[in-house]
Amino acid sequence: MTAIITGAARPEPPGALTATLAFGYRALLKIRHVPEQLFDVIAIPVVFTLMFTYLFGGALAGSPGRYLPFLLPGTLVMAVLLVSMYAGIGLNTDVSKGITSRFRSLPVWRPAPVAGAIAGDVARYLIAAGLVTILGLIMGYRPAGGAPGVLDGTGLLLVFALCLSCAWTALGLTLRTPQAVMSTGTVVLFPLTLASNVFVQPRTMPGWLQAFVRVNPVSHLVTAERGLLAGHPAAGQIAWVLLAAAALLAVFAPLTGYLYARRAC
Amino acid sequence: MYEKRYPVAVEAAGLRKRFGTTEALRGLDLTVAAGTIYGLLGPNGAGKTTTIRILATLLRPDSGRAAVLGHDVVREAAAVRRKIALAGQAATVDEDLTGRENLVFLGRLSGLSRGGARARAAGLLEAFDLAGAGGRQVKAYSGGMRRRLDLAASFLVPASLYFLDEPTTGLDPAARNQVWQIVRAAADSGSTVLLTTQYLEEADRIADRVAVIGHGTVLAEGTPAALKADMGKGTLDEVFLALTQDTEGSAA
Repeated sequence: MTAIITGAARPEPPGALTATLAFGYRALLKIRHVPEQLFDVIAIPVVFTLMFTYLFGGALAGSPGRYLPFLLPGTLVMAVLLVSMYAGIGLNTDVSKGITSRFRSLPVWRPAPVAGAIAGDVARYLIAAGLVTILGLIMGYRPAGGAPGVLDGTGLLLVFALCLSCAWTALGLTLRTPQAVMSTGTVVLFPLTLASNVFVQPRTMPGWLQAFVRVNPVSHLVTAERGLLAGHPAAGQIAWVLLAAAALLAVFAPLTGYLYARRAC
Repeated sequence: MYEKRYPVAVEAAGLRKRFGTTEALRGLDLTVAAGTIYGLLGPNGAGKTTTIRILATLLRPDSGRAAVLGHDVVREAAAVRRKIALAGQAATVDEDLTGRENLVFLGRLSGLSRGGARARAAGLLEAFDLAGAGGRQVKAYSGGMRRRLDLAASFLVPASLYFLDEPTTGLDPAARNQVWQIVRAAADSGSTVLLTTQYLEEADRIADRVAVIGHGTVLAEGTPAALKADMGKGTLDEVFLALTQDTEGSAA
């Protein structure tokens, strides 16, 4: 049994890419082992898509089939934004369980855990976006923008979600438990996704709500997605979304770095 | 054989560390000879874990300095990390992954090839009595199994210095005995082992030298036999009680 301890030479530490891939592989293993964590969250936009289309679609747009092209870009955004919370939940779990201590004692490229986690997040976003898109296709949704529109729309959504995930990682390093991160994230995201133009245009809403919906970043993101998926991208909206993403990144990425260095110690 | 060039594996002088209003370390000095098993003893909150975390480059001391295998732990942290292995007090493995996946993942991060990491994981699961549980998620493991997996992860690649923070806490006597054998084998292969323990019998049995720590400083240091003789006590337990009760009394 003690033969496992040998005087063999210690291998060279892994390179930056190998280390990042190892962390990314870990993220994929977590999706495989705990799929319910992902699907519990994706269930919400899936149910909303079905419910709003078949229950209210006729009343809102004349028929479910005419409502779906309006709704689906919105529930797509909702799905990916909800899934983006996991960046904070995962980081909080690692820090509170002490796994980051082991990572930090290993001779690996310092940003590798974060870079690997981002790779895992991209996989989660693609699964969420893919499932909602496929659901739409099954329900008869045919995006006028075709495959290029879907790809561009997914790309823009990924960029925004990755930048937003920095806010969740900062939150994950501030709160005590993964449950607290989840509930705080939900409390922030639900009002933002519901009080937006995901389900209906704000025309019929009271004035104060219209004012909120118009400044809500989720509304801008949904409008940009509708344009891309419908094949007539609105440059102004896309620029607005990219700018908002850059602002999120500029504020929360350094904050995450600062909190990580402080908390992980 | 390791580190013939550094006869001293750990050299720490005047380490101080404060967390808020708590002074975890107040001028701790420590010297550990290479190739030995060194035990840090002390009650909860004495500063054992803080000492280990500073030496393993996870914490910066507020003042004082420490060198591990000839490298300063603050200025040359990267060089230190290439030579050490750490088993922290909390089982630092991923609960969602299986035992085997944890070891392969950490093996890759330690520089093993994919095949090398798999082979090493299989060998370590066997050595730590986890062969049957390797395919199960860690969240289904008992406390003792997690502890053993965590220790196994520390032995993925050879280290010149192993930091083991309470390696046998929560283990049954048979598993504890296995860990002692592995620790002894590591020292026999030329590595140094710095471990913390609350079991005085453990320190007495496997440590070449021990330091009794209380309130952030070293209260006494030496071989278990010398400590007992100096204090006129029959067991390390009595030495420990005499020393730690003293400080409790003076602190009150």
